[in-house]
Amino acid sequence: MARATVGSEAATETLRVRQVQTADLDQVIAIDARVTGVEKTDYWYEVFHRYGTRGGRQRFFFVAELDGAVEGFVVGEVRDWEFGEPPCGWVFGVAVRPEARLAGIGSRLLEALHSAFRAAGVTKARTLVARDNHLVLSFFRSQGMMAAPFIALESDID
Amino acid sequence: MKLQKSTGLALVSVLEAAAHPERQIAAAEIAEKYGVSPHHLAKVLRELGRAGIMESARGVGGGYRFAGNARRLTLMDVIELFEDISAGAAEDKGTAATEVGRALDRVLTEIDEIARATFRSITIDTMLKLVERGRRSVRPAAPVPAVV
Repeated sequence: MARATVGSEAATETLRVRQVQTADLDQVIAIDARVTGVEKTDYWYEVFHRYGTRGGRQRFFFVAELDGAVEGFVVGEVRDWEFGEPPCGWVFGVAVRPEARLAGIGSRLLEALHSAFRAAGVTKARTLVARDNHLVLSFFRSQGMMAAPFIALESDID
Repeated sequence: MKLQKSTGLALVSVLEAAAHPERQIAAAEIAEKYGVSPHHLAKVLRELGRAGIMESARGVGGGYRFAGNARRLTLMDVIELFEDISAGAAEDKGTAATEVGRALDRVLTEIDEIARATFRSITIDTMLKLVERGRRSVRPAAPVPAVV
C-alpha cells in the first residue's frame, strides 16, 4: 500500500533523484514516521536490504535529495504474474516531507520509478491506497492513475 | 449512486470554464453545447457564483469565469453544493429493519464509499488532464496519401 503523502508542482532544479544509500535511512525513517505517525526503524532497514543496493533489476528504492537533505522517497517493484496478471510495476510507498510538498518532488520520484519500471520491461504501474487517504489518492490521480480493474478484498481471520 | 441533473450541469460548467480560465464563457454557450435549459443552467451558475467557484460579469459580452483553484477544488466540492451524498444521507427505505435489508445496505454502502472516495480524490485540474488525454487519443490520424 502506498503509505504517504505527497504533492506536485514545478520541478525543483537542484533536486536529485537517486538510489537510496545507507546514510539516507535515518531521514527516510523520520519522513515516514511524520507522515504515518508510526516509527518503523526495523521495517525500513529490512526494506533497504530488499529494495536498496541488493534490490536487483526488479526492486527499486529511490530518494529525492535537495541540498544534501532527503526530502522524499519512493519504493516499488516489478512483480510477475501477481494476482494472475502479466508483469507490472507496483508502487509500494511514496512520501515527501510535509514542508517540501507542492514542489514537484512526488512527481519526480514517481517519474524515476516509472523509468525504472520501463527499463525492466513493464508498461503498467499499479498501487493500492486506503480510500480515506484523500491526499495520496489525489496525488496518484493527478499523475494520471485511474481505478484498476481489480477490487481489493479483506476479511477478519477467526 | 446517481447524481442529480443540477449536479451534472454544475460539473460540466466548472470544467468548461476552468479549461479556459482567461475568458468569460456565456451560459448560453454551455446550454447549447450540452442541450440543456438555459433557465436551469442559470440557477446552477448562480449557485456556483455564490460559492465563489465562478464569477459573473454583467453586460454585453458578460458571462462566467472560473474563480476557483483548479488544483485544490475536487469534484466532491462541487457535488456537495447541490446534493448530500455523505454517508447515511441515502433515503431509508425501511429495509434496514431486517437481516436481509441490513446485509443489502452493507453492500450498497460499500459501493457509495468507493464513489465518494473517487469524487474526493479527483481535482478539476486532474479532470482537465483527463479531458486532454481523451482528446489526444481520439485525434484522427493524418490522412494517408492516395496511391496512384
